[in-house]
Amino acid sequence: MMKRDDMLKALARHRKDEIVVAVYMAAQELTHISPKDLNYTFTGAMGQGSSHALGLALGRPDKRVVVLDGDGSLLMNLGSLVTIANAAPKNYIHCLCENGTYETNGAVPIPRAGQIRFVDMARAAGYPKTHEISSLEDWDRQLPTILKEEGPVFVDLKVEPGELYPEDFRRLYSIEYRDKFRRALQNS
Amino acid sequence: MADAELKAEDIIREIKKAGIRFIVALPDRVTSHHLLKTMLRDPDFKVVQVCKEDEGISICSGLFAAGHRSLMMMQYTGLLDSVNSLRGVAVEGENPVCMLVGLLGKEPGVAPTESKKYGVKIIEPILDAMGIEHHWVETSEDTPKIIPAIEKAYGKTRPMALLIGREPQ
Repeated sequence: MMKRDDMLKALARHRKDEIVVAVYMAAQELTHISPKDLNYTFTGAMGQGSSHALGLALGRPDKRVVVLDGDGSLLMNLGSLVTIANAAPKNYIHCLCENGTYETNGAVPIPRAGQIRFVDMARAAGYPKTHEISSLEDWDRQLPTILKEEGPVFVDLKVEPGELYPEDFRRLYSIEYRDKFRRALQNS
Repeated sequence: MADAELKAEDIIREIKKAGIRFIVALPDRVTSHHLLKTMLRDPDFKVVQVCKEDEGISICSGLFAAGHRSLMMMQYTGLLDSVNSLRGVAVEGENPVCMLVGLLGKEPGVAPTESKKYGVKIIEPILDAMGIEHHWVETSEDTPKIIPAIEKAYGKTRPMALLIGREPQ
């Protein structure tokens, strides 16, 4: 198990010009740890991050798109695994921050917490590459390869809360930041 | 009006003229045969098939952020199932999600709000309550509404629905 903020700090170190789509806790922390114009947090409804990312990946096949999804979120949009595998964007890296809870909504456990094999689900849906990573050392070591792999790639990251960062939902869903993202992507 | 026709080729022509190349779709009995199947064969379109309609609302928003226009095709039942995504992603998120919605079971020539089918009858009031602009497309005479509706949606970055009142031929 790795601390989520340590996981994000490793991503920030290896990140170049990738789009990063993030939801809930990962999104809150990403805006502090890796504050870039190509952060996309404007997902608007639970479970939808992976689908926004699919639109971005199909619309900009020249850019790598990293999604920081949640396990509760993915369970709410499980069909998206099949949709993504079927569309098969080569630039799509689907990272699942598996913390076993609906952390933003009171840290209540997800159904069958810790017993779901998300990589098996992704593989069965048709993702050609999957990884399951529990330690920060492994994540740090494998990240450069994962960021270059032909997608869609699925990475199950076993995480737990680390340091606390201020929450700002207004920032996450801000139209102003979304438009800034669009302009940055246009120029990227 | 009951005997009037709605031609699939008229709808497709207008969609192309509006600059739409990405079609995001979940099959709908009203539009599948002559519209979606034709689009799947048309190299001018890239069709993204989804497992659930709310995914499509978000895919269209991601495509918009990436600089593309798109159209979400679904049945009215899918629109009802996607109300929270429409609320958070399209309306509050100010995304120009353009939807083409088949009104399965609507009687030809009858306004959707006058339909005897409960699900069809409530669509326009729900869209009105959400502040989503909508246009009723029942015959080929209605197809000139398509381009201005799409242009307005992208110009104002707001969602919009084209309600297809009969099966296009």
